[in-house]
Amino acid sequence: MINVIREPLIFEISSPGKTAVKLPELDVPEKKDLLPGVPLRENIKGFPEVSETEITRHFTRLSQMNYCLDFGFYPLGSCTMKYNPKINEKIASLPCFTSTHPLAPEKLVQGNLELMKTLEKLLCEITGMEAVTLQPAAGAHGELTGMMLIRAYHTAHGNPRKYVLIPDSAHGTNPSSAHISGYTVKEIKSNEKGTISVEDLSKVMDEEVAALMVTNPNTLGVFESDIYQIADIVHAKGAFLYMDGANMNALAGITRPGDMKVDVLHLNLHKTFSTPHGGGGPGSGPVAVRKILEPYLPVPVIEKKDGQYFLNYNRPQSIGRVKSFYGQFLVMLKALAYILALGSEGIREMAEVAVLNSNYIRKSLEGIYHLKYDTPTLHECVFSDKFQKDYGISNLDIAKRLLDYGLHPPTISFPLIVHGALMIEPTETESRRDLDLSIEAMKAIDREARENPEVLKSAPHITYVRRLDETLAARNPVLRWEKKE
Amino acid sequence: MSYIPISEKDKKEMLERIGADSVEKLFSCIPENIRLKGNLNLPGPLSEMEILEYFEEKGQKNSSEKYLSFLGGGAYDHFIPAVVDYLSSRGEFVTPYTPYQPEVSQGTLQAIFEFQTLICQLTGLDIANASLYDGATGATEAVLMADRVKNKKRLLVAQNLNPQYREVIHTYTRNLGLEVVELPYDEMGRIDKKWLAAALNSETSVILCQSPNYFGVIEDLKTLAEAAHEDDALLAVVISEPVSLGLLEAPGKLGADIVTGETQSFGLPLSYGGPYLGFIACKKDFVRQLPGRIVGQTVDVQGRRGFVLTLATREQHIRREKATSNICTNQGHCALKATIYLETLGRQGLKKLAWLNLQKAAYALDRLTSVRGVTKKFNGPVFNEFVLEFPQDWEKINQKLEEKGILGGLSLAKHYPGLEKCALITITEKPSQEKIDRYVQVLKEVLR
Repeated sequence: MINVIREPLIFEISSPGKTAVKLPELDVPEKKDLLPGVPLRENIKGFPEVSETEITRHFTRLSQMNYCLDFGFYPLGSCTMKYNPKINEKIASLPCFTSTHPLAPEKLVQGNLELMKTLEKLLCEITGMEAVTLQPAAGAHGELTGMMLIRAYHTAHGNPRKYVLIPDSAHGTNPSSAHISGYTVKEIKSNEKGTISVEDLSKVMDEEVAALMVTNPNTLGVFESDIYQIADIVHAKGAFLYMDGANMNALAGITRPGDMKVDVLHLNLHKTFSTPHGGGGPGSGPVAVRKILEPYLPVPVIEKKDGQYFLNYNRPQSIGRVKSFYGQFLVMLKALAYILALGSEGIREMAEVAVLNSNYIRKSLEGIYHLKYDTPTLHECVFSDKFQKDYGISNLDIAKRLLDYGLHPPTISFPLIVHGALMIEPTETESRRDLDLSIEAMKAIDREARENPEVLKSAPHITYVRRLDETLAARNPVLRWEKKE
Repeated sequence: MSYIPISEKDKKEMLERIGADSVEKLFSCIPENIRLKGNLNLPGPLSEMEILEYFEEKGQKNSSEKYLSFLGGGAYDHFIPAVVDYLSSRGEFVTPYTPYQPEVSQGTLQAIFEFQTLICQLTGLDIANASLYDGATGATEAVLMADRVKNKKRLLVAQNLNPQYREVIHTYTRNLGLEVVELPYDEMGRIDKKWLAAALNSETSVILCQSPNYFGVIEDLKTLAEAAHEDDALLAVVISEPVSLGLLEAPGKLGADIVTGETQSFGLPLSYGGPYLGFIACKKDFVRQLPGRIVGQTVDVQGRRGFVLTLATREQHIRREKATSNICTNQGHCALKATIYLETLGRQGLKKLAWLNLQKAAYALDRLTSVRGVTKKFNGPVFNEFVLEFPQDWEKINQKLEEKGILGGLSLAKHYPGLEKCALITITEKPSQEKIDRYVQVLKEVLR
């Protein structure tokens, strides 16, 4: 990273008369006064005017201020930052896919429909579920879709019900999605192992509960071993078991949600299936369901008749659309390419090595960083800053210091049930060398915490900007550039 | 191919350190009865060469590329300058996560801050967020937000809003105890003012309209805003063809309180419907009700300018069920592309692009309506889309056009009973005069 040049905002290097692209001249006769009475704008106040060189330098310099997966280790817990294969990007840029209009006649886009249908089938096989919708745009959108399916089922059976049960270790999107689908959230406390207590669940479970949302393995990386029993308790009251599939990377090829009696599940193609995060999307959040919920899936549904794929809108029980068109099509292509590259053995090895790498880190840092729960973990492990707190050092200081070692820190301060959490998910695509580098850095930082805590509190030291004042940003919001008068 | 850089030797040594004699042992927390016996039934593994061949073969089953297309209706075929893909495909932009560690994410954060600024400049509003999924969910978030501000549970939604957007609004609102009243259109193709006057009352939270609307007609936003405000409601405006903002007055300047929509036109290919790019902008006063991520400016310990994700107390990871929206991952990389696209075009480029669209559509409209029996359905002003009425059902004409290699427009029959003889036709800067003339010629033959 070249941090010598301070890159201004594009608006600050703009000067009148410049443009970075030449548009063609009008090739039809010009007409005057086409929009009588319509309010028009003279120009767009403040809009930039720069050359192509300046655009290229601007974004190249901005890119160099970013840490990214192509550069190094990115162990964000629950985010599954695995390597993004380059062939996937190439496929998603082929003009035969990028040039297709979403409302083109179905017979002219048979390739697209076939590929989507193929992905649906493969996701059914991997999850052990019976039907899939690819429409949701991201994980949270998948959760919302899943909860809407559950609500539609209950409503069709006479009572939408009132509550959704969610463990206190869950992602924030779970309660938020349940709320937006019209439910009141009841939180369940985790037990001393960090999992759902079957006893506690039985106590709160009644016929006003629409569903239980579980993440499995949960956000501690712990597998809910009682999942079978949990499913029975939920089903006995006519409710559904929803599984947040954010952590599917630990399970694919090993066990299937369908075999755990899960009723609804969302996947994150941008986690388990290697599509890039893009600095905050686009993701893709397919939802897989049991047969009983299939009639409620969003429209349209891809079907095949007389050898031709078509989009079926005639689904009277459907919840309706959740998004324009059919979902994040190009992201689906990347995920499909990934599954084809791995095959069944590759998928299994993916989960195995993800778990191996995580346990390797856990073992290497145990005793140096505090582990609140000693329950075995799968693809991620959650340490805390409890030992370093004695020297006045927080998880935030540790995270910022890691940046000085050229590494991206783990997820911090989540899950909420671990105070001062450092949540590490290495994924299977990290080499031994990169794992060891991060372990050595974590150890070195622990030594620094005891010997030289100031260097942690003032970290990072070598980045483009030093520690930023987030309180100021929230208290005095400046959310856009404005020309100084 | 598994993209795994761990060798057998590594595995052995790592297991030793862990103190497990096999990888299998690490999964002992998963009960036997739910373990998969044997392998999944999946195709592959394929080599990289085979993967490419597989997709190229499927791609050949798509033939729409060979057609001369005049389709729009929420997805627009605009020219994309080469720098957009070149710069946005850098690994430093493609492969980071959401910028939770701002000190090593200034590139993404500054780009989003520029995106927010561009959206504010285009819409004429004070603040914008980092992005939403698409136009349909944007329209939905806009009415939910408006109702959080006004809390009157009654929403007026224009019938000439993109039908898919309306469907998504219904999907969301039906679970939330909100009343959605649809507003019919008049002979201009605009929201019918008489219906509006009858439907609007002091119990209404918002009027949601689209401009240019689904028929391509530019709405009278000023009048709509005045009507909304008179009854203490908000005006939310959907823009699904944002190139129009290169010429049309910013909705915020005409009284809109919230502007949302689809930004696919700004540098994103058609891609069979996604990924696209939703946006939302609003007046300053509603900032605490805005959904999604927002980037703000601040300083570092040395007083240098920097950017961070801010106002997170609206969001799900802090507020959980009390959040303004459940959105988490959004369309970050699409917003980056739109930012590069808009900054490449710049002030004059966007204006010229909008003018090219307007002029070409006007030319096509003149020529097509010169064909006997073809008339303009609505007499309101249009930008780059318009509805034509034909002497027979559009489905029949459409089929014949298709046989001659033309995708001549979108049917309105499904969503607008009574408009069976009509089609929505879109002309961007792309088709040359010769191609437009060809469409006219073929249409003449088809109608003969």
